[in-house]
Parts: sequence; C-alpha cells; structure tokens
Amino acid sequence: MTTETLIWLIPLPPALAFFLIVLFTNKNKALSHSVGVGAAVLSWLASMVVFFRALGVEHLGEHPFVSSVNWLPTGDTWFKIGVAIDPLGAAVLFFVSITIFMIFLYSVGYHNFGQPKGDHDRAGLPPHGATVTDEQGHKHTVPSVEPMYSRFFAFLGLFAFGMYTLVVSDNLLTMFVGWEIMGLCSYLLIGFWYGKPSARAAAIKAFMTTRIGDVFMLLGIAFLYSATGTLTFREIFTEEMLQHLVSIDPHFLGLTGAGLIGLLLFIGTVGKSAQWPLHVWLPDAMEGPTPVSAMIHAATMVSAGVYAVIRMFPLLSLDHNTMTVVAFIGTFTAIFAATIAVAQNDIKRVLAYSTISQLGFMIAALGIGAYVAAAFHLITHAFFKALLFLGSGSVIHGMEHGVLHTGNHSVDPQDMFNMGGLRKKMPITFWTFLIGGFALSGFPLLTAGFWSKDEILADAWANGHLVVFVTLALAAFMTAFYTMRQITLTFLGEPRTKEAEHAQETPWTMTVPLMVLSVFAIGYGWVGIPENFLNLQLAPSWFHEFVGGTLAEHPEVIPFNPIPLIVSLVVALGGLLLGWLYYRNVNSAKEDFFQIPLLKNKYYFDEAYQVVFIKPVIWLSEVFTYKWLDQGLIDGILHFFGPATGGIGGFIRQYIDLKVINEFIGDGLAAVTQETGRTLRPIQTGRIQQYMMLSLVILAVVGALLYFMLGAGL
Amino acid sequence: MNFPVLSVIVFTPLVAAVLILLIPADRKNEVRTTALVASVFALALSVWVYAQYAINAYTGYQFIEKMTWLSVGNLHIDYHVGVDGMSAPLVLLTGIVMFTGVLISWGKDDPHGPTGIQDRPREFFAFLFLLAGGVFGVFVSLDLFLLFFFYEIAVFPMYLLIAIWGWVKTREYAAMKLTLYLFIGSVVALIGALAMYWTAGQATGTYTFDMLKISEAQQAGAFNGLVNFFGAQVPFQVVWFLPVFLGFAVLGGIWPFHNWSPDGHVAAPTAVSMFHAGVLMKLGAFAALRVGIMLLPDGAKYWAWLIMLFATVAVVYGAYIAFVQTDMKYMIGFSSVSHMGLVMFGLSTLNRDGLTGAGLQMFSHGVMTALFFAVTGMIYDRAHTRQIPELGGMIKPLPWAAVGFIIGGLVSMGMPFFSGFVAEFPIFMGVWQVMPIAAIIASISIVITAAYIMNNIRRVFFGEVPANLEGHISPITALDKVAIATLCLLMVALGLFPWLMAPMIQSGVNSILTLLGGA
Repeated sequence: MTTETLIWLIPLPPALAFFLIVLFTNKNKALSHSVGVGAAVLSWLASMVVFFRALGVEHLGEHPFVSSVNWLPTGDTWFKIGVAIDPLGAAVLFFVSITIFMIFLYSVGYHNFGQPKGDHDRAGLPPHGATVTDEQGHKHTVPSVEPMYSRFFAFLGLFAFGMYTLVVSDNLLTMFVGWEIMGLCSYLLIGFWYGKPSARAAAIKAFMTTRIGDVFMLLGIAFLYSATGTLTFREIFTEEMLQHLVSIDPHFLGLTGAGLIGLLLFIGTVGKSAQWPLHVWLPDAMEGPTPVSAMIHAATMVSAGVYAVIRMFPLLSLDHNTMTVVAFIGTFTAIFAATIAVAQNDIKRVLAYSTISQLGFMIAALGIGAYVAAAFHLITHAFFKALLFLGSGSVIHGMEHGVLHTGNHSVDPQDMFNMGGLRKKMPITFWTFLIGGFALSGFPLLTAGFWSKDEILADAWANGHLVVFVTLALAAFMTAFYTMRQITLTFLGEPRTKEAEHAQETPWTMTVPLMVLSVFAIGYGWVGIPENFLNLQLAPSWFHEFVGGTLAEHPEVIPFNPIPLIVSLVVALGGLLLGWLYYRNVNSAKEDFFQIPLLKNKYYFDEAYQVVFIKPVIWLSEVFTYKWLDQGLIDGILHFFGPATGGIGGFIRQYIDLKVINEFIGDGLAAVTQETGRTLRPIQTGRIQQYMMLSLVILAVVGALLYFMLGAGL
Repeated sequence: MNFPVLSVIVFTPLVAAVLILLIPADRKNEVRTTALVASVFALALSVWVYAQYAINAYTGYQFIEKMTWLSVGNLHIDYHVGVDGMSAPLVLLTGIVMFTGVLISWGKDDPHGPTGIQDRPREFFAFLFLLAGGVFGVFVSLDLFLLFFFYEIAVFPMYLLIAIWGWVKTREYAAMKLTLYLFIGSVVALIGALAMYWTAGQATGTYTFDMLKISEAQQAGAFNGLVNFFGAQVPFQVVWFLPVFLGFAVLGGIWPFHNWSPDGHVAAPTAVSMFHAGVLMKLGAFAALRVGIMLLPDGAKYWAWLIMLFATVAVVYGAYIAFVQTDMKYMIGFSSVSHMGLVMFGLSTLNRDGLTGAGLQMFSHGVMTALFFAVTGMIYDRAHTRQIPELGGMIKPLPWAAVGFIIGGLVSMGMPFFSGFVAEFPIFMGVWQVMPIAAIIASISIVITAAYIMNNIRRVFFGEVPANLEGHISPITALDKVAIATLCLLMVALGLFPWLMAPMIQSGVNSILTLLGGA
C-alpha cells in the first residue's frame, strides 16, 4: 500500500467504529469496546507506518506525502480536498495516535468494565455503585459499570476521527471540518452525563465559546479563499502567494492582508485552545468523564488549536503586529491561568488551568517566532498532560472506591484536601503521576517538559523578548509550585479522610496507559536536546532538524546561553521545593494561604461575561429585536394598515356595495352583511373578500400608474 | 415526442387531488393510500428528472414541452415548461417533501390522542396536493403567465389548509395574514411582469409571456430604455427590479416582509408547515431569481446592495428572535427567516459562489426544515404542547425523532459533513468577495444559531420527562420513521458528497452569470 493511501485510511477506523457501535453493537459492551479499541489500534498502526516511512524520506519538508481528490466544484475548477504528511504532520501524528490509543484502553477500566450493573444507575448519570453479596454472605458496595458504556466508545471514536482528519488534512477546509467535528464531540462528551445539570451547562458553554472562535476562523478562511482562490496549504505557502497576501491592504488597524487573515485564524485557536479571553469553557469541561478530559484537554482538541497556528505559521509570521498579539495572548494566558491553578482544590481543575497555562507557553513561543520550540512543547505536553489527567482519573477512581467502602457520599472524591497519603495505596498511579508532574514542572535533564520549556525560554532570551522571558519564567515557577502542591496534597503525608485510607489501585487497563505515557513523558524530551547544550557539541537535535524542515527556511539553531538554563533550573527546582515545604504542613483548605477569593473565583470572568455578553444578547434578542422591532414596529405597521385597509373595504362594502349596488339592484341579500368578525388582533377582520378587494384596488392604482409612466416614457 | 415527464409530475398531484375527492369521506385509509401512491409516483419521476438531467451537455433548459395555450391578438400565452440546473433540485425537493408530508400525516387514532391528520383527511390531502401541483408548476414554468397561474394555485390552498386544520388559537389570524402578504406581493410582482411583457413586446413586435423570449429581448437591449418615474428619467430595469424581486421574495420570507411566515408556520398543521417552510418559501426565492434577477439583470446589479442589506439583517435578526422563542414552531419559523436570509444573501452576491450556495441552501434548508416541522409535529401530537420549557427527556420515548432533530440541528448550525455546511460555506465565500463586512455581521448568526439549537435540543430531548407526560408519549409509527430517515439521509449524503448536487446547480448558475454579463 502506498503511503498516501495509508494516510487516507488513518482517520477511517474510528469513524467506522462510531457507526458500527451506534448501529449494531450498542447493546453489547464487550463488543463495543473491542470495536472502539480495535479501531484505535488500527489507526495507531497506520500512523506508525506512516511516521516511520516519513522518517526515511530525505527533505520531507520539500517533498511531503500528498494526495487529493475533487470535492466541491467551484466554477471551472474543483475545490480539492486531500491529505498531506510533512515533518510537522508526522510528528503530531505520532503523539496523537499513541495518546488516543492509550485513552481508549484506559476508558475500558475507567467505566468499570466487568463490574456488575448498578443498583440505581440510570443513563445520563455517573454510576453509583452496586451491591454484591460475597460467599460469606457479606454485602459489599462495588463500582458499577457505566450505563452508557457503548455510547461512550462511539463518541470517542467520532472524536478521534475528527482529530485524525485535522492532522492529515492538506487544506484549511477539511482541517476546519475536523475542527468542527471535535467541537461537536466535545459537546457530546462533556455533556456525556447529561443527567447532571452542571454537565449540560458545561457542554453548551464549551461548544458556544469555541464556536465564537470558529466563526472568526471561518471568516479568516473566507478572506483567505477570496484573496488566493485556494485553501490548500502548499499552494498558499508559496513565495508569490505570501507576497500577494502581504500586499493586500484590508484597511483594518494597519494590518496587512496576511496579518488580518492570520489574526482571524488565530482567534479560532484562542477558542479551541482555551486562551484568554475565551478560556472560560475549559475548567467547566471537567464535568465530563476523565478520559474525555485527557482526550480534549491534552491529546487532541486543545492541541489542535495550537497545531493550527503552527501550521499557519508561514502566514502568521508575515505580519509583525499579528505576531505581537499572538505573543501577548500566549504570555498573558500562561501567567494568568497559572495563578488560578494555585488556588484550585479539585484535582482535575488544577490540571485544567495548568493546561490553559501550558498552551499559553506554546502560543507565546509561536508569537516570538520559536516555531520548533512551540511544536516541541506541544508534543511533550500532550504526553505528560494526558498522563496527568489519566492519573487524576485513576486517583478519583481509587477515592470513589473508598467512598463506596465507607458509604459516605458527602465526601468529594475530587477534592485534594480529602486525599493524602495515596502513594501507599496506589503506587503505580503515584509514580506515574510523579513523573507527569515533574515533567510538567520541568524537572531538569530527566523529563521531557524540561527540554521543551527550556527551549522556549532560551528562544525568548536569545531573541531579546525580555518581557516574554520574565513572564514565562514566573509562570514556570508557579507551575512547579502548584504541581508540587497537588502531588503533596494528594499522595504524600497521611490520609486525611477514611475514604483516602480505603482507596485502591486501579485495574491494569488504567495503569498500563499510565506507564506507557510515563515513558514518553521522560523519553520524548531526549529527541530534542539542543546540539550545543552546555557547549558540549552533541549530535544535532533530531526534533529541530526534522520538524524545522517543514518550513521553507530552516530555522536557525540558537547559540547556547547559560542564563535561560539557570533560570529554568531555578524556577523548576525552586517551585517544587517551595511547594513541598509549604504544603506538607497544610492539612485543610483553611490553612492554605493561597485560597484567595479572587483566584479561587477565577478573577470573576464567568460572572463578568454573564453581565457583559450573555445578558445583553438575551436583551437584544428578547426585547430589542423581538418585542420592539418585530412585534412593535413591523407588526405595528401591519396592524395599523390592517384596520385601515379593512376600513377601506368596509367603506366600499358599506356605502357602495351594499347601499348602492345591493339596494339599487334590490336583491336584498341580507346574508352578505356579516359581522365585522371577531377581532383576534386588529388585522383580523375575517373577511377574505376585503383583502381580495384591496388587492384589486392596488392593482388598479398601480396599473394606472404603470400606464401613466409607460405612456409618458415612450 | 418524448415522454412529457414534467407535465406528468405537475399534474399527478392535481389529478390525485380530484381522485381523492371522489373517494367517500369515511374511507380514510383509501384516501391516504391514494395520496401515498401519487406522491411516490411524483417523487419517482422527479428523481428520474434529476438523474437524467444532463449537466455538461447544455446549460439551458431541458425536458422542454411547449404548446400554445392562448393566442388572441397581442396576447400570447404558452404552456411552456422545462428545468435548468437551478430548478431540477427544487423539483426533487418538492417530490421529497410531498412524499414525507403524506407519510407523517398518516398518523393513527391513538387512545392518547390522534396523531397525524385524522380530521377530514380527504379534503386535507386534496388541498395539500393542489398546493403541491402549484409548487411543481412554478418550478418548471417557462412562461410568465403560467408561472403566476401556478403561483396563485400554490398560495390559495394555504389559506384553507391553515384556517381549517390549523392550530385553533391563531389559525384565522395567521391564515389571513399570510394570504394578505402573499397576494399583495404577487400583485406587485405581476405589475412588474406586465411592464416587462409590454416593453419587450413593443421592442420586438411580438407580445409574449414566454420567459425565454423576454430574456432574448432583454439581451437584445429591450429593457435598456428609460422610463418616466414621477418626472425623473430612470432606467427601466432599475424601476422594475424591486417590485418584481421583492414581490416574489415576500414568499421567500425576506426581511422586513417576513412577519407572516412564522405566524403561518405556527398555525399550520404539520404537513402544511413542512410544505410551507420546505418548498413554498423556496418558491418565493426561486421566482425572485427567475423573474427578477434573470430577466432584469441590470436592475439586479443596481439593487444588489439593498437585497444584501435586507438579507444581512434577516440572517441575524431571525436568529436572534429564534433564540428567545419558547414555542418550538416559532423558533423554527424564525430560524427559517434566518436561513432563507442566507438564500437571499447568496442571491445578492450575483457571483458564482454565492449563487451556487443559494441554490444548495434552498435544497438543504427545505429538507432540514421539513424535518424540523415533522419532528415538532410528532411531539406536539403526543405531548399537546410545543412549549420548550414544558417538554423534556423526549429522547427516551421518541429516539428516532430526537436523532432526526439533532441531525437537522447540525445542518442548521452549518456543521461540516452535513448539507448546511456545503451550502453556507460558498455563500459566505461569495459574500466575502463582494462585501466582507456583510459576511462578518451575518456570521454572528452562526453563533446564535448554535445557541438556540443546542438549547432546544437540551431542553426538549434531554433531562427529565415532565411528570404529566410520563407514559403518555406513544411511539411514532413506522411511516414516521421512514420520513425521518429519508430526510436525514439526504442531508448527510449531500454533506458528504456535495458533487451529487453542486455541479447541477452550477450549470444553472452559469447561465445566470452569462445574463449578468460575464462569469
């Protein structure tokens, strides 16, 4: 099979799985997850083959794998859609396929496959546990299987399809298609437990917020298409096309055409990758099942946003103003979200804000032109954040086991202050979480997060972006701090509740993905060690060589400088140390200094948006447009003319038709004097003949006018 | 002579209407069977026309039939029918809506309350088919007089269908409002048509209502003169374009003459709502295109900005109002205003992308909104309310309806791989080429549409079934399922494979572009 054919096939198995599960296997849980996981394996295998074939191609950047077909006719030509794998695509495909596979596998354990059906479980609510009687006749409460188990794998399959489509696309249109499919699936999956009002609200919030970004992106696509006549990347990223885009002046804020298109496309990313000010949906999206959080917030959807801007980098980098905006948004988001993360107590919400912050790092990197560093951090982050999310899911699962054991359902299994000491109960989860956490903090030399974050800082320093450098360094410090806070509160010390004492390690389907991902959370960093690290003259960084080849102009290797290295060492180790020193003595939320209301309430963004955006929209719809314009003005005019025309009709009938004609002819048909009719509304006169008559009157009048005009004109 | 397929399509419902009236009133199932057979027959033929339409051979009209109807002195009226790339999909759409409309009107006499049409089905189907015949007729007419003739045939039964079988609370008001609007609109358009008739006749010496002849006369410059407009010398096309276009576009629900449409939707029985939103509104847009833009292209160019302005307002305005409706039918009614606004939006670009998108949107919206009304009707028949806050959890008793509505919702939101995207994408591309700011403003509707659709789906289909409805929701019939499946499949097929329809519409667009002077 040619590589091109194989690339076409990559997205198909999950889509097929979706249909198979929905149509045929949805009654059978084992079959459904086999289909789902099997599809993930197939896509993963195909991706690996493509990836390794891509490795074997010299100058893949200039000669990517491409293939396209006609889709939508546009006049004389066709709008083509197709697939392409260049170095960036190959690198992204690598991590996407692995993480998706792991998340599928993990979901089997997460949704309690093999456990009995719950006592009171209902579709649309998380399983509440089942009572079983053991051989001695003791009753136990054990976790129960998810009632909509099959549906979950179907949705996950559709989601994976969207992501693969996005990655292998060679054009903005199918990329947008994948993008929208993921938006839809995020709605379905965040709202998976639709019986919970909070989940329903979160699903709509996620969908709507990202949709706002999507609309801007669509406008960017429309602008790009009308300016170039194509949406295929390799046709847009040619020298003359880019020059043409720069030369367009859209008369907007002094941006060039390329700058405005780039900005519009970037706003799409702001929505999808939850950057400030469209970040509000992501934390709420934690209402979804944890594999979904890993899928959406680490491996696929948020990465897709960053991937899209990396993909559009040749266009974005043409306009300095746009790049400044990108750098600003990224840097600001990085520090902004990090401060909120410090004050969160829900284990998943800490990770949620951490994700927003880390995505900010990538966006900032891109904004200062550090193309390779952005891509590198995207991939390492996907690995360790997927690991952390899945790890947190494992923790919650363990805690839920404890809750079922004690039967005290008032204990929130996600609140870190209810945990503590879990390292003994859940050793695999603990060690893998520790690896993930250290990678996130940028623990020096060993972890992937160190190498990628260090590269961003080094780039910022080397190119003189001092503000970006300082802010990101501060954000990195806080990252290490809140990560250690999380680890300390969750795993170290002694159990703070009975539930934590009875927590239990999770089954192999959940721990194996954790272990696999930890390998990458460490090892993947080593492919990107800069060649002049400590001036050691190492082999050239494979990642830099490979992904850098995507660009027409190979990015330069920056010279080694000790300052950013020292800074990243200090912030990572310092943050971790301080976090441990402080939180090992904190035992309840009250003792925690960082429970500052402003941070705890996320700077009141939700409340502000409610007042500034949502209420005015409702007012605009309900009062202004509907009440005033439609019912007031338009219907008002109508209801004024209704009686008026009725009056004319009535007049004619009353004084001419009846009086003159009827009485003159004298047939005395009194039956025609109907009541003026019940008036439902003023227009309602109940007599069609009046309206017909009105039509005739108008016809006569306008006809006369016509005759006059034509006659005079000729 | 070839098989007169278009005439057979047009007269099938008309003949069926007569046949149905001959059946005794109490034999309801015979009435329904006759209706179903006729609709399947008409659908089969319209599919055949669609499949046989030669896209590449010739970009003019095909399946032409022509004979003289009336020729007295200067008055010359032909029975002249044919389809081009624009109208063939609409003929197909009419066939589909007719077929599914019959299916969902079948219903059954359920102990919890009758579903479908149980009250005088004989008269109902007779009027419905009269309407269908008129609609088919307009889409295939190539003679102006014939077009008006069928147009009135299509509008007239609406009054009776709504006033007799409609929702008790508003049916009289709505039927009257609708009739009033549409008749005035058509009268205004008719005056414009007469102006064309006389002017073209004077220029060429032969007076005819034949649109092809009028078009030839227009291309030869017959409409290039000036007319005296209250003392000012104004180009003929500039004067007459607006009455003709707007007169027809009233039926297409153009803002600010849209107001009859949501009221009409709400009051109409389900199948009539399907027809009304599904094809009748297309009738307005189509006639506005056929008579307004194609016969008065210079006028269209002159006034395009105004149409675009109206359309931009309609798109956003309709979406905003739909957002706050609590009655499902009002919500869909106003969403139709918004989506038909997109059709007008596409037409107003006068370029290839926009017109193609408008053609696709007419079909896509027709199928989508027919589905919406079908599902809403099924819910209303069972729950006896359409108030969104009074509903909930409908996915459990009515899974097919719920899935159908969700798919329709995705189309409505312009989700890729559904027909709505294939239609809206070219429209926005086309508008951007002409006036980016309009595209930007209209794009607000994309967000609002997503909001009201999502809200509606969440509140009607998910959550808890209200206690007073628990156990009272009887399942939908097999025929209902066939209707839902047919409509859903079409939207998905068109979304995945736009080449099933787009090339045909483009062949129609090509000839419009020629009239407008250059591609």
